[in-house]
Amino acid sequence: MVQIKRIQEDGMDIIIPIGEVDASSSIELDLVIAKSVGEGHTKILVDCTALEYISSAGLGVFMSYIEEFRDKNIRMVLFGMNERVANTFEILGLKELLTIAEDKVQAKQLLA
Amino acid sequence: MRTKALTRLLFVVTGIAWVALFFTDLSVVFSIKTGIQPDMPVWMPGLLFNIYLLSLYYYYKLKIDRDEILNFVDLLWRVFATGLVATVVSLALRLIEFLPGTSRLVSHFLYLEITYLITMPLMGGFLIMCFTAWKRLILYQKSKWLFRLWQVFEYGLFLALVYSSFSLPGLDWLYDVLLAVFVVIGLVLSANTKWVAYLNFKQKWTGLLLLLLTVFYLIYLFYTSNSQIVAAFNDERGIVDHRYHLYFLAVFIFVIMYCSFSFLVILFNLPTTSVFEQKLEEVVNFQRISQSIQTEQSEESVYKILLETSVSTVFADAAWLEVKDNEHHHRLFTYRISEKEAGDIINHLKNNHVTGILEQAQDKTKNLSKHLSSLRGSRFRSILAFPIYVKGDNIGTLALLKELSDGFNKEMTKIVSTFANQAGISIENFRLMEEALQSERYKEELKIAKMVQKSLLPEVLERDTDFEMAAFSESADEVGGDYYDTLRVTENEVALVIADVSGKGTTAAFHMSQMKGIFHSLAQQGIRPEEFMIRANNALTRCLERGSFISATFFVIDTHKKIIRYARAGHCPVLYYHADTGKAEYLKDRGVALGMVRNSSYANFIGANEVHYKPGDIMVLYTDGITESKSSKGEEFGYDRLITCLLEVPDKPAPEIIDHLIARLYEFSGSDNINDDYTALIVKFAKQVNPPD
Repeated sequence: MVQIKRIQEDGMDIIIPIGEVDASSSIELDLVIAKSVGEGHTKILVDCTALEYISSAGLGVFMSYIEEFRDKNIRMVLFGMNERVANTFEILGLKELLTIAEDKVQAKQLLA
Repeated sequence: MRTKALTRLLFVVTGIAWVALFFTDLSVVFSIKTGIQPDMPVWMPGLLFNIYLLSLYYYYKLKIDRDEILNFVDLLWRVFATGLVATVVSLALRLIEFLPGTSRLVSHFLYLEITYLITMPLMGGFLIMCFTAWKRLILYQKSKWLFRLWQVFEYGLFLALVYSSFSLPGLDWLYDVLLAVFVVIGLVLSANTKWVAYLNFKQKWTGLLLLLLTVFYLIYLFYTSNSQIVAAFNDERGIVDHRYHLYFLAVFIFVIMYCSFSFLVILFNLPTTSVFEQKLEEVVNFQRISQSIQTEQSEESVYKILLETSVSTVFADAAWLEVKDNEHHHRLFTYRISEKEAGDIINHLKNNHVTGILEQAQDKTKNLSKHLSSLRGSRFRSILAFPIYVKGDNIGTLALLKELSDGFNKEMTKIVSTFANQAGISIENFRLMEEALQSERYKEELKIAKMVQKSLLPEVLERDTDFEMAAFSESADEVGGDYYDTLRVTENEVALVIADVSGKGTTAAFHMSQMKGIFHSLAQQGIRPEEFMIRANNALTRCLERGSFISATFFVIDTHKKIIRYARAGHCPVLYYHADTGKAEYLKDRGVALGMVRNSSYANFIGANEVHYKPGDIMVLYTDGITESKSSKGEEFGYDRLITCLLEVPDKPAPEIIDHLIARLYEFSGSDNINDDYTALIVKFAKQVNPPD
């Protein structure tokens, strides 16, 4: 089960998934990102501090946007991952494809 | 059966009583007339007559009371038929009086007596028949109080019979009092004519006729039964004139009274019968609908019944049912109206911005009729429409049409609203059924997917003098996409793959089979692992849907050079045990999963790696289902625990290592119900490996 919040800060759209993203809840994540893109945000932050677990389907959501982001010149930075989530990203090689920051400050700097 | 036997017995007793009465009475009368001392007591005929009446009473009681299927009109028919027989017999006897040359005969006392002995029991029988029939009618819907009253009445009458038979002296004043009491009770009982409401129009007419004739028969029989003869022998025989016989009089008054009451009630009920019939039809219609919903009929037929019944209940001329599907697709079910006509009306109303059609307002008939009249070419002048709700959502409309203007009244509005509710229930039902079917289909699909998945895994793993392999794979209820396979490329090269397809179910099984195809076609070409990944990625880019990917590790074990070449594409790092140092480590090399980068730049994200294997080394391939397996406390099995497990049994052969590993895993998760796919493959290198070439 996941609960996803969104806030806007300094012209950036911050997506905050809370809980676990698995095969079924990944659809919600997809919808939120699609909405953010649809609203024309070009700087997207994903706050993973409250993300406890993410399955391969959840990773697939991020991955599916990589090309679209490149085409539309949208930048996305993920930050605040716990060890378990970071490990999942790392094993699948997503660390090489996505921008991942330590914390919010660093993430904002990367997008600035 | 006992009742039947008893009924027959009573019938026989009645018959015997009558015959006995006939002869004893004749003998007594003859004796009295001729002045001879009769050789039997004079009260004998009286007693026999009472026995006759009582047994006849019980006979009818059993016959009518126990007959469950007898309906009201049939009952009246029986009463009528009995009356007819009695009247015909009586008339026939009277006819003799008018035949020429019978004047002497008919004035003979013996003839009179015989006539009396035939007509009197017939009249008595008819009265009792009526009495029993009325009892059934009165007690049709009985309350406790009514039942008690009836019992009082019945026992009272029995006592009256006894009383009259013995004509006790000095109690003459009691006669009037008792008669008055019987009349009052009879009046109260006669007010119970609820059965009339259950007759339909035709039955009511029949009932009127039968009751009228019954009254005539009763009056005729009661007053024409020959009584002169009785007057003559009154006191001596113990048979009183039935016109003054308390029992007879009370029963007669009651029967006539009830006849009249019923007659009047039926008569006054005639005009309202159609309303009752309509109500009854509504009930029957509802029953029909709910039954049709319960039995698994097709959606169309249920809607058809719904439309049919609602049309017939409110006397409408046509109807339609519009149902919105989940995808906002409208479906129209029409009854006695073409779809085009219905569509025209719907569009017309929409164009006129008639909103009332979808609201439960009180009086929408007038409103809509006004709009209808502006629609040219339509024969309908009234429309009544109701929204259909399922779980609070408006999912359709039930509309009824009439050619008459202002054709619907408030009563009909109420009825239609209940029909609309019913429609909601049936639509809901069909949706639920559909969902159930869908999930059933899904389950079936999963079963197939699981079968496919199992069949994609190799039954036999490659063998070599340098190493042995053992694998374990078990999937949870939902099919996962764990895949492993081996292939001998050349005499000294064996290819090995482990992969995990993202997603579950049939799609996962489908991608797995694609992966198998890719593995078998690419691996046998003897290409390098990184090249394998690049080409596999290229192939999968075209068939994996957005968001799907496959993590995989591909190995080529070269037994000549004692080298394992491998490329890791986002799959769980291999656990490698070094026999010489006794330590195990995860080979964490870079590599992105297949399908994540869908262009030629993928080559930049994959690395080539090599490991020189030594005797006794162990390689553990697994999927994330194992490391992410949870204990009852929510703790993960994890990487460290996997190492610990391996280090416990590094010297055992591959099959034993895998058994140990799986046993530990189940022990950890604490149940046999796994929540993910467990797949593991052990490659154990021989203690004595062939020297490198």
